Amino acid sequence: MSTTVTARNRDVLGNSALRPDGAGKVSGSFEFTSDMHADNMLWGATLRSPHPYARIVSIDTSAALALAGVSCVITSQDVPGKPTYGLISSDQPVFASDFVRYVGEPVAAVAADHPETCRRALALIQIEYEVLTPLTDPEDAISGKFSPIHPDGNIIRHQRIIRGDQSATGPIVVEGLYEIGMQDQAFLGLEAALAIPDSDGAGVHLHVATQWLHEDLSQISACLALPANRVRLTLGGVGGAFGAREDISLQVHCCLLALKANRPIKMQYSREESFFGHVHRHPAKIFMRHHADASGKIVKIDARFVFDGGAYTSTSPAVLINGITHTQGPYKCDNATVDGFAIRTNNPPCGAMRGFGVVQACFAHESQMDKIAQAAGISPIEVRLINAMATGDPLITGQTMESVAPVARCITDTANIPLPEPLPEIVNELALPGGSGLTAERSNIVRGIGWGVSMKNLMYSEGFDDFATARCTIRDGKVFLKFATSEVGQGFVTLAPQIARSVLGLDDVEIEPIDTQVGSAGSTSASRQTWMSGGAVDGACRLVREQMFKHVGSMHNIDPLRLVISDTDIVDQIGTFRISVQDAIEGFSCSETFEHHHRKTEELDENGQGNCHTAFAFVAHRAVVDVDPELGLVKVVQIATAQDVGRVLNPLSAIGQLEGGIAQGLGLAVMEEIVMKDGKVKNPSFTDYLLPTALDAPNVVAVMIEEYEPQAPLGAKGIGEPPCISVTPAIVAAIRDAIGKDLLRIPVRPQDICL
Amino acid sequence: MPMIIATSVESAVSALRDHPDARIIQGGTDLMVEINFNHVKPSTMISIRDIESLKKITQPSNGIIRIGSGVPYSQLEQEPILSVVPALAQASRTVGSPQIRAAGTLGGNLGTCSPAGDTLPVMFALDATVHLQSPSDAREVAIHDFMVGVKKNIRRHDEIITAVDFPIVRGWQGYSKVGVRNAMVISVASACLVADHNEGIVRLALGSVGPTIIRCREAESWLHSVTSLQQGEKISSDIAKEFGHRAAKESSPIDDHRSTAEYRRHAISVLASRLLTKAYS
Amino acid sequence: MSDNEFYNLRVNGMSHQVQDSWVGESLLYVLRERLGLPGTKGACEQGECGSCTVLLNGNAVCSCLVMAATAVDAEIVTVEGLTTGNELTDVQQSFVDQGAVQCGFCTPGLIVAVHHLLDHNPQPTEFEIKEAISGNICRCTGYGRIFAAVEETIKIRNGAK
Repeated sequence: MSTTVTARNRDVLGNSALRPDGAGKVSGSFEFTSDMHADNMLWGATLRSPHPYARIVSIDTSAALALAGVSCVITSQDVPGKPTYGLISSDQPVFASDFVRYVGEPVAAVAADHPETCRRALALIQIEYEVLTPLTDPEDAISGKFSPIHPDGNIIRHQRIIRGDQSATGPIVVEGLYEIGMQDQAFLGLEAALAIPDSDGAGVHLHVATQWLHEDLSQISACLALPANRVRLTLGGVGGAFGAREDISLQVHCCLLALKANRPIKMQYSREESFFGHVHRHPAKIFMRHHADASGKIVKIDARFVFDGGAYTSTSPAVLINGITHTQGPYKCDNATVDGFAIRTNNPPCGAMRGFGVVQACFAHESQMDKIAQAAGISPIEVRLINAMATGDPLITGQTMESVAPVARCITDTANIPLPEPLPEIVNELALPGGSGLTAERSNIVRGIGWGVSMKNLMYSEGFDDFATARCTIRDGKVFLKFATSEVGQGFVTLAPQIARSVLGLDDVEIEPIDTQVGSAGSTSASRQTWMSGGAVDGACRLVREQMFKHVGSMHNIDPLRLVISDTDIVDQIGTFRISVQDAIEGFSCSETFEHHHRKTEELDENGQGNCHTAFAFVAHRAVVDVDPELGLVKVVQIATAQDVGRVLNPLSAIGQLEGGIAQGLGLAVMEEIVMKDGKVKNPSFTDYLLPTALDAPNVVAVMIEEYEPQAPLGAKGIGEPPCISVTPAIVAAIRDAIGKDLLRIPVRPQDICL
Repeated sequence: MPMIIATSVESAVSALRDHPDARIIQGGTDLMVEINFNHVKPSTMISIRDIESLKKITQPSNGIIRIGSGVPYSQLEQEPILSVVPALAQASRTVGSPQIRAAGTLGGNLGTCSPAGDTLPVMFALDATVHLQSPSDAREVAIHDFMVGVKKNIRRHDEIITAVDFPIVRGWQGYSKVGVRNAMVISVASACLVADHNEGIVRLALGSVGPTIIRCREAESWLHSVTSLQQGEKISSDIAKEFGHRAAKESSPIDDHRSTAEYRRHAISVLASRLLTKAYS
Repeated sequence: MSDNEFYNLRVNGMSHQVQDSWVGESLLYVLRERLGLPGTKGACEQGECGSCTVLLNGNAVCSCLVMAATAVDAEIVTVEGLTTGNELTDVQQSFVDQGAVQCGFCTPGLIVAVHHLLDHNPQPTEFEIKEAISGNICRCTGYGRIFAAVEETIKIRNGAK
């Protein structure tokens, strides 16, 4: 049922170093943000709009203020600085003042002595709304028949890609209109923050669970009208992120309450509130038409993407670009006509989630690949192999694929993984779709196999100056690393010391507090931290090593250029000199800071042409599913995968990323969806938003393809996002294979299978 | 004191009588959700968790097993229930998570009376009887009369549910439940079928497809009219299918965020048909 | 919020007085906010994630669904009560060694659930393990490393290592 990992040597790169926070996390002593307390602390809570679209006529907070135990109530009038925030466009109000544009939009906040007092106070705030008809269908925005719901208009971004021969076609033409439901990141550790006002009341220290401390800092300080140096952020323990902590949620509210009450404020969302308090994966409708020659080779792709961005911009413009620039998937394509829209509606704001626009595109292009295969009379493997992209191929944006691109190897290595045993005649009921619900007998079950292959851009795109900072210090015979890289569970706190050990030959490495007292690390997203912050830590350690070699060289009269690290020693490459690093650094101290920037990228022109992406990673997934066709229930049996990782830096962490991503992709394939009706979320709870359980988890058989990526500072590609991208279409393809019916929408619901 | 810990049925019901605003709490797995989600603001609470007499399983007469309202699902999953009322054990195993099953109780399922309550179709298919106790009297109510709507039953404020009597049936019984994942799921549609070999009849009850649990009386009597329903009877696939269709016709499901009426009706026809086939295979 | 004077809870072998609490407070809230035991985590408030799993009279239950004031006289064990001192239990050590921890938010509840499983069923089958932890949602790991950790613990207990 699983692979056991044993025996480790030094915890250097390539070995399965264990998490330094592991003992704390298993014993309950690790402090998550929601575990934090401060003396004299009050609780904060948020009042949210019950309407998807309404004009605020009046707000009366007097009854709430009069409630015993309530310290203060704040609204838009209490925001001293910029009234809005946003990652790309500052279009989201800290508190709604004139209009509310989605259910759950913050309107006011309170501080009180107990969470229950907060709840009662919120109920006493009187708001009169003039309810308006919400814009819930993005097509109504595109057609222009709905008047703007925001001063910035209803089209967040529109972008085309025009490439090659616009009239190219072939004997095979297949098409489909694909629909992707709204997925939630559903991290377990709910939004939480603790804001502590400075004693002079002119500054604040925020402990928060976030993905990007410095971006939060700049947005918060603008809203608070405080200089950036009077707002300090420290990363609290983060219980998962998956994109949902990229945008501001409670940060500004918590700081405002703390400054107004002049007391520490703790805020913590409930699960229900969390569904309204953070952005989700964009629901999308994607039309694709592939033209192919008789052998199944892609000639041209036509596509139209519509992403529902919800009420505010968040990262919708970037998600759109990711989606449309991945139209072709990991396949050669010379001709394309792509039109893409990110639309503002009165649905919940959507933004970053693991896969970031590529998940949606991949479901469409992989569904199409199977249709081409069928039309050409070839197998799902063959169609992917004959179209597989390679390094040096041009993309539909005109950019050349410069990354290592072992697409064909991903496919063949996956195909070489043995298929699972057939379902035995006598089988545990828990192995069947429906499980302990006892809905099926062995004889009701049909097995299917399906494929998905994907390409995912790594790091930020479109000219963004993406960088990460790290400082390495040697002091008292020990290494100290300082960075602002958000540890959200991915394991950068494990990796960073591994890098330092490899570069410096020292084993005692300590990570200093993760806060804004050092330069930005950028966001823990876009599969970028191993590459970016890893590169920064590597760079800082190399600078320190250079100083160390100079020190040793002068002490022993050797040219420092002759010195190298060999395991835990410093060695003269030419002579016989050898000294342990630990001995060599006695009395030596040194500190160096390094910023790692990735190569420059460009914005797309009006035809969607330009070198907009930094690098790419690839993966193949093969899914085996058991389906009860009559009831429409599915059990995913096995996921085989071969992933292009560049280089494995920590095998244990890497397999954890693969298995975790696969489970999230499985969720989107068969169960996870925020169900919307008329702008209202119908299932904001874990009773009705279903996440995969231990009994839903497939057996994962994974191969890591190690082809050193020369562009990457450590040779390693980001591995966080690819696992969750093509597994979804692979599972859907397997269901189609089992039932012989097309499925155009995810998640696939029982009724989609059997009715 | 807003929390009253009752240690006997008598003290619980007299506390109920004395506190018209009081609410009963047993396992807490339903009520605490309401409180945590801010739907209920409790004032006086009467905890019956510590009443030992509610945790007993007895056999008051040959054909009856009496299960105390305080027996948790985790116990109902096991022997002796597994052998004596297997459908109840099967239904109990599908309730929530192991943690929920360790806390939630049979009485709680009845007290909440949700159409998705997993043990309720079993009670309806077995014609179970609910025991109620008030300060002044005790009464027994047929399950069919007990549940009257979505989360509505005829329990009076000063009564507590003390036990449920399940007839011990010679024959076959089974519970099936459709949910969208393989564990911990609220039923989209469920069915309990009991084939009583002594009486030569089949009884079918449906969950999550109407405001109350639905007994498929018409499908049952149609089946009775076309087959003998004796032990060892072979049910043809046509009869099983028709039985399923008739059961589905008796359901009255709705569209909601968990599923559609159309799917629920379809699922019922499949479940009923499969259960019947299993009962006579 | 002084609806109530006080009551006592017995947690990890020690008696604690809970004062001035509101009657609707869950055991989870009282453990975390009143008794200084934040190891037990809350993530759904409705018994659907298992992060708040504690032992109540030897049963693994969701502390978010236990009204704290009803748990007087009960023996409560939280993740903090599984160990004495800084030693990890074998289950905890296996979770660390096998990479079963990523963000770690679901971990304390899983640790309690796995201890409960292995105390009652020392040689569980694959499906018994999966069913026993099917009420503990993990969003990071996809469960693979968690299964490995449980298997590793069993192996160690069997002395096969």
